[in-house]
Amino acid sequence: MSAPGTPARGKPAPAAQAKPVPEPTPDTQPFWDGCARGELRLQRCRDCGKPYFYPRPICPECGSADVEWFPASGRATLYSYVINHRPARGFEGDGPYAIAVVQLAEGPRMMTNVVGIPNTPEDLILDMELQVTFEQRGDISVPLFGPAGAAR
Amino acid sequence: MADSLWIIGVAMTKFMRYKDRDLIDLGTEAATAALSDAGLTIFDADILAAGCLFDTGGVGQRLQKQIGQTGIPVYNVTNACATGATAFRVAAMAIKAGEASIGLAVGLEQMGKRGLLGAQPAGKDRPYQPSGRYGAVGPVEGVLGTSLMPGTFAQAGMEYAYQHDGVGFEQFARVAEKNHAHSTLNPLAQYQKAFSLEDVMTAEMIAYPNTLLMCCPTGDGAAAAVLCSGERLKSMPDIVRRRAVKVSASVMTSDPYVDGGAVQFDVNTLTRQAADKAYEQAGVGPGDLDLVELHDCFATAELCHYDNLRLCPEGGAGEFIDRRGPWRDGQIPVNVSGGLLSKGHPLGATGIANIYEVSTHLRGEAGDRQIEGAKVGLTHVIGLGSACAVHILEKSAA
Repeated sequence: MSAPGTPARGKPAPAAQAKPVPEPTPDTQPFWDGCARGELRLQRCRDCGKPYFYPRPICPECGSADVEWFPASGRATLYSYVINHRPARGFEGDGPYAIAVVQLAEGPRMMTNVVGIPNTPEDLILDMELQVTFEQRGDISVPLFGPAGAAR
Repeated sequence: MADSLWIIGVAMTKFMRYKDRDLIDLGTEAATAALSDAGLTIFDADILAAGCLFDTGGVGQRLQKQIGQTGIPVYNVTNACATGATAFRVAAMAIKAGEASIGLAVGLEQMGKRGLLGAQPAGKDRPYQPSGRYGAVGPVEGVLGTSLMPGTFAQAGMEYAYQHDGVGFEQFARVAEKNHAHSTLNPLAQYQKAFSLEDVMTAEMIAYPNTLLMCCPTGDGAAAAVLCSGERLKSMPDIVRRRAVKVSASVMTSDPYVDGGAVQFDVNTLTRQAADKAYEQAGVGPGDLDLVELHDCFATAELCHYDNLRLCPEGGAGEFIDRRGPWRDGQIPVNVSGGLLSKGHPLGATGIANIYEVSTHLRGEAGDRQIEGAKVGLTHVIGLGSACAVHILEKSAA
């Protein structure tokens, strides 16, 4: 197994690039505005009460257009992950790293990275408790998850 | 098979150039507005048909990710400028076939500022590039006719002027004068500015006789309709039934072979055939129409279609516009929305936007531009290469 960042088969290492920065859209702007304030926001249907993520104007449960934003607790558990040894562009210094699916306390699942612990099968315990944390990338604050109760 | 076909929800976005919203945002706005107009949600729809010409990457499914993934069949269609009408007809045919009782059709397009479709910027020298199998296809532009849209439709107009008395530059220009004037009453139109006949005639010449103000703009927008079977309509609330619009005819045609048609587009024959079939299907005649939204991509096209849709006696299109027959206070109001010339023409949206316009008048909800007492209306779109759709819509008797 190659060490983190080692290029495959002797090809020259690609020049390090900045991590991609999400671009807010009309539907996602409130989510990114929340992140900028250190708040993980979800949407909820005012008709059926279902909380959901990703941002969209229609409740996926009942089709109602009467939906609202609310601040989530930021608590989650680790639902699943894959450890990627071939880093994506911008992540050359991070590999191997885990791409994780977390189960938010409010119900929806989110894809994210786990930070603050080694990204190895020994350290990534399914159902472990996680807490949202934010990483500034350019103008955007990106939600990531670390072990609950860890000092940050 | 469904006994009858109804529109119970219909909506469109404003046509304009959207810098901060994308194709799916626009489709989502139109689709959700049409569903809520019908008092329904996406969970009520049995089929989704999405029409978009320039983006063919699963637009319907991408739309579902915003408006709701309910597992229903999705059909993505492209059919030149008749793309939106084709999506409408896919939903209509599913209902007529008995496969669906409620269908959602969405037409959407984001074109931005594309200039005149097919045209190169003036003065730009483009070297000869062989194409086609074995590189055997050379450019035909200017040698075997033109494929540029303003020229194609200018040619159709000039042919009509050649064949009939009383048709010239001024008659074509009057069409644009009218549609720009009509658009001042339509808040959803891309442009809402009136121009004098002189303004129109002295604007930059694009392809004689079409000046810049006689060519439709490119732009962004979406329109959506919720269709419903007659059987299903019976169980709908009163308010839905009262506002329901009957689809009395839904017809589509393509070019039959005509001499010269392989070289120069024939915009007339397929329109005439579609109109005649639609009148027969609906059991109405041109004299019954209270308003018409027809495909005025260029002013010359509209004049030809007065004749093709039988709105005037054969050869009488020049006289029809001269006596203001197609003005909103005339004999048969044509393009009271401002038409493609001023309302705009986001290609995939157009064939449902005209259905929105006519339906809104039939419901008596067109505000300042309402044609009073409108009971029967006709919509027409034509896409080169070729597809023509004609719909005849009637006010609900309920």
